[in-house]
Amino acid sequence: MTKRLRAGNLYLGIVFLILYAPIFYLIFYSFNSGGTMNAFESFTMEHYAAVFEDTRLTVILLNTVLVALLSGLVATIIGTMGAIGIAAVRNKQLRGTLLSLNNVLIVSPDVIIGASFLILFTLIGAKLGFLSVLISHIAFSVPIVVLMVLPKLQEMDRSLIDAALDLGATKRDVFTRVVLPYISPGIYAGFFMALTYSLDDFAVTFFVTGNGFSTLSVEIYSMARTGITLTINAISSLVFIVTVLVVIGYYVVLHRSRAAKVEVSR
Amino acid sequence: MMQNKWWKPVLVPYYLWIILFVVTPIALVLYYSFLDLDGNFTWANYVNFFTPAYLQMALASFWYAFLITLFTLLIAYPTAYLLTQTKHKTLWLMLIIIPSWINLLLKTYAFIGILGLHGPVNAVLEVFGLEPTQILFTDFSFILVSVYIFIPFMILPIFNSLDRLDRSLIYAARDLGASGWVTFRRVIFPLTINGVKSGIQVTFIPALSLFMITRLIAGNKVITLGTAIEQQFLVARNWGMGSTIAVFLVLIMVVSMLFTNAKKKGAGT
Repeated sequence: MTKRLRAGNLYLGIVFLILYAPIFYLIFYSFNSGGTMNAFESFTMEHYAAVFEDTRLTVILLNTVLVALLSGLVATIIGTMGAIGIAAVRNKQLRGTLLSLNNVLIVSPDVIIGASFLILFTLIGAKLGFLSVLISHIAFSVPIVVLMVLPKLQEMDRSLIDAALDLGATKRDVFTRVVLPYISPGIYAGFFMALTYSLDDFAVTFFVTGNGFSTLSVEIYSMARTGITLTINAISSLVFIVTVLVVIGYYVVLHRSRAAKVEVSR
Repeated sequence: MMQNKWWKPVLVPYYLWIILFVVTPIALVLYYSFLDLDGNFTWANYVNFFTPAYLQMALASFWYAFLITLFTLLIAYPTAYLLTQTKHKTLWLMLIIIPSWINLLLKTYAFIGILGLHGPVNAVLEVFGLEPTQILFTDFSFILVSVYIFIPFMILPIFNSLDRLDRSLIYAARDLGASGWVTFRRVIFPLTINGVKSGIQVTFIPALSLFMITRLIAGNKVITLGTAIEQQFLVARNWGMGSTIAVFLVLIMVVSMLFTNAKKKGAGT
């Protein structure tokens, strides 16, 4: 039994090693003065300095974050409203149709989303750039927000609303003081997922962006196509640190809202 | 009741979103698949798709996606199982999932260095007395990197279904004399088949449509359906042909989803 356990741990250890090795490999060579990813010469921070000195790169980083935050915010609003609407729909057939349509963009390959949005933007004569990228990111983030908020609405006890109405709460009060607080963990989760979708997207952005506008993914792609640049390594350690911080932050928020819920139920 | 209508205005932006970004794009792709380069109606794109060149490409793409899904499953299933056995499983699961949140491009870029002619993999091979070879720009490297990318996505649904599995069923099977393998094949695997199916869904379709990894890692050796669509749209500027390939990709997607969903119902009864 212990032998099997040890073999299992070894297997898990190897999988962990493989999953993290490429990331740490990138971070390790970001300190290499040699300029390549295979011969470590001496320690340097010059590649990090290069990231911050390069104004173009800084602008791209800011653009990426701006698109993620804005698209996450708008998608969360539309998606939450959509989820509330879907939850209230009584007609089973209509509800099923809405849910299927909701899932289309989640299961569609990015290439198809990108290509079809490119056709759409070109047909209506929109200029490709910041706005087209932002709108696309909103569009593909809406369904995931719906999927995150909907379960919360469905598990909510209807009598809570009735009770609030009986006690004289206005519809507005019911919404802001009963429904919203109850579904807020779903809303946070939706916003968080929308952020990660946006930050991670390459294919859709690649299709709908014009010459003047670029996000981090698209920029890394064009840099990587020309070969190895240790500036990308420096960016990846920064991205790794931010990702880990965001994940920890998210878990803290989730844990707190769960703790709060336990408190309430007592 | 007065509650009947209040939700209608809430759905307005959502309905707009569905019409503009779900229904219209599908309709546009379908419409463009019947257009030639000058914008006239034609069946030529569909006829073209059934020429050997395109069929071969589609079959190869299918084969690669199949291999990627298979290897990912073979690695992910035991990992998910072992994860459910650990003490702090949510923590370990989170640690497995973190790499999937690192930008896809960065992970792919790492492999350009790792698999390169002077990279660590070749250095290890040299220790064993093998000549350094170009691993990059082969179909092997394409499968390797894709499997790496998809492992966490496959682990997650399988972990969830294994985690829900009633342990007493396993003990019962063992008590009744089933061997470890029989218990796995007749009890554990059938009961977690839904997790496996979700895992396959999130791996197979994206594997068909990858185009970034093929460009960066496989050079132009591997052409997936996704690469072909990107090529037609952004390089050849032949939106008609690109849309036709997209239509077939959607068809394959729908078929594979119907396949996995229909079986899901059967397994439930």
